[in-house]
Amino acid sequence: MNPSLSEHCLDIRCDTIRAIGHLGVGHIGGCLSVIELLTVLYFEAMRIDPSQPKMKGRDRFICSKGHAGPAVYAALANRGYFPKEMLLTLNQGGTNLPSHCDMNRTPGIDMTTGSLGQGFSCAVGAALGSKLEEDGAVIYTLIGDGETQEGQIWEAAMFAAAKKLDNLIAFTDYNKLQIDDTVARVNDIAPLEDKWEAFGWNVITVENGNDLAEVSDAVSLARSFTTTGRPTMVILNTKKGCGVPAVEAMGAGNHNCPFTEAQADEAIRALREAFRAGADKTGEAPRDRKEA
Amino acid sequence: MEMRAAYAECLAEMMKNDRHIVVLDADLSKASGTRGLYERFPKQMFDCGIAEQNMTSIAAGLASYGFTPWIESFTPFATRRICDQIAISVAYAGMNVKITGTDPGISAELNGGTHMSMEDIGVLRSVPGMVIVEPVDEVQLRAAMPVLQAYQGPAYLRLFRKEAPKVFDEGYRFELFKADLLRGGRDLTIFVSGLPTADTLEAAKMLAEEGIEAEVINVHTIKPIDAETVRASAHRTGLVLTVENHNVIGGLHSAVLEALAADPVPAFAVGVQDRFGEVGKLPYLKEVMGLTAENIARRAKDALGRQ
Repeated sequence: MNPSLSEHCLDIRCDTIRAIGHLGVGHIGGCLSVIELLTVLYFEAMRIDPSQPKMKGRDRFICSKGHAGPAVYAALANRGYFPKEMLLTLNQGGTNLPSHCDMNRTPGIDMTTGSLGQGFSCAVGAALGSKLEEDGAVIYTLIGDGETQEGQIWEAAMFAAAKKLDNLIAFTDYNKLQIDDTVARVNDIAPLEDKWEAFGWNVITVENGNDLAEVSDAVSLARSFTTTGRPTMVILNTKKGCGVPAVEAMGAGNHNCPFTEAQADEAIRALREAFRAGADKTGEAPRDRKEA
Repeated sequence: MEMRAAYAECLAEMMKNDRHIVVLDADLSKASGTRGLYERFPKQMFDCGIAEQNMTSIAAGLASYGFTPWIESFTPFATRRICDQIAISVAYAGMNVKITGTDPGISAELNGGTHMSMEDIGVLRSVPGMVIVEPVDEVQLRAAMPVLQAYQGPAYLRLFRKEAPKVFDEGYRFELFKADLLRGGRDLTIFVSGLPTADTLEAAKMLAEEGIEAEVINVHTIKPIDAETVRASAHRTGLVLTVENHNVIGGLHSAVLEALAADPVPAFAVGVQDRFGEVGKLPYLKEVMGLTAENIARRAKDALGRQ
């Protein structure tokens, strides 16, 4: 694993926390559960060029759970798509960083999403487009576990397998929570692996989707499946609100909730301290950098 | 020729010259007339099966990749069933997707009320940025399609798919956003779109025999409506009748009234009177919905206060 990956991951998590804390409210739970995935995609896996966000033949990431926008923006800013200061404009009137991803506003966003289920089909369309163009791109997409309840997800799942779109790598943020309650209690999607296998997909399960090394390995494995004739679903067992104990403790209440600047300060301090302690233990020198 | 056959010919002509034009079906390619194109354009024709929501968002994904997708289904499934996908994946995202809805309103005939959209224009008219075009006959359709293809942005083609009575002559030039004057007159203006246009012209002839000169204007582009032409004619004749194969709420009648709202002209409506459709053949359904030439003429005379 790239040694700096964990630092990028820390920065993306802290910048997400900062942006939502600055605003005072936001979809913090489902942003923090996918930070490791975004880190691996934007810093390790994807063939992209931040200086050319619309580069032909680039790999694409379509965040079908569009409410994770703030986390994607933090990843994009850290990757160099736009200045990190812009992250503090999140959801302010006139911003280019709306709560849900908007391809016409934000450099690096590949599809407008927010109405659940649709981005997944759009990713299938992009994967088909890539096949027609023969450009060798990989299309990555992320759906929520609650989003999995949308019928359109399964329409798209069927189509992607039928058309052998093996250049499509999807992820499920399986954090087990949705707005009203646990996914299991609202409308259970289990057994999830069986469902995707039955729909003709390769399935990879990541025991801890908030473990950078596990996610990195899974993405590498998924990339090796892009000649199998089948699309791939990576199920990430994650923790909603991961990294901020107070948010984690809220359970289903952390989907979209108030989160103060003081809470953000405390969370970032604790995360950086823990990181330094962990880094010291493994003998790695923490890199000098400005606090977010 | 059936409208759907002309539609397929136009698509083929365009696809032949541009591999980025793709067509997506939801198991109704036979009904849309495009079944025959699958063999000829295997990399441009895609049947998504009976999954219209997925088809629409896939089209948006393809559009994000630089393709111009045309998606097709029966009118109710190409509009109200996928309203959110049209609103978000297509229109909000600004994707260049063309939506073709076939069998609008009463033309669904034997498929009956479930398949009769009386609300599709109203639904899509309120989606920002949607262009709505309803061609009358084969000539107008053939003229409109390349223009719609060239137009950058989402558009809805409301397509009567069977053989339509001829209204336009060869050489007709289609201008997007510009209504067509079919017949001049001084006593009232009849605005009409799509299927009832031929019957409206017939009604105008009947009226002329009684000394009533009706101006007939074909509003092929219902959104954005050609407000300038609507206002100019309505203010000159001082009386408006709209004729449409759609609910009189939300469609052409509403669009014309909106154009006239600042400087109103008395206006009357022939069309579906806020009710659902029912099964039957076209002559029966025209009677039921008041879309016959006789009824259009009668309503014009009522509006003029003449018996």
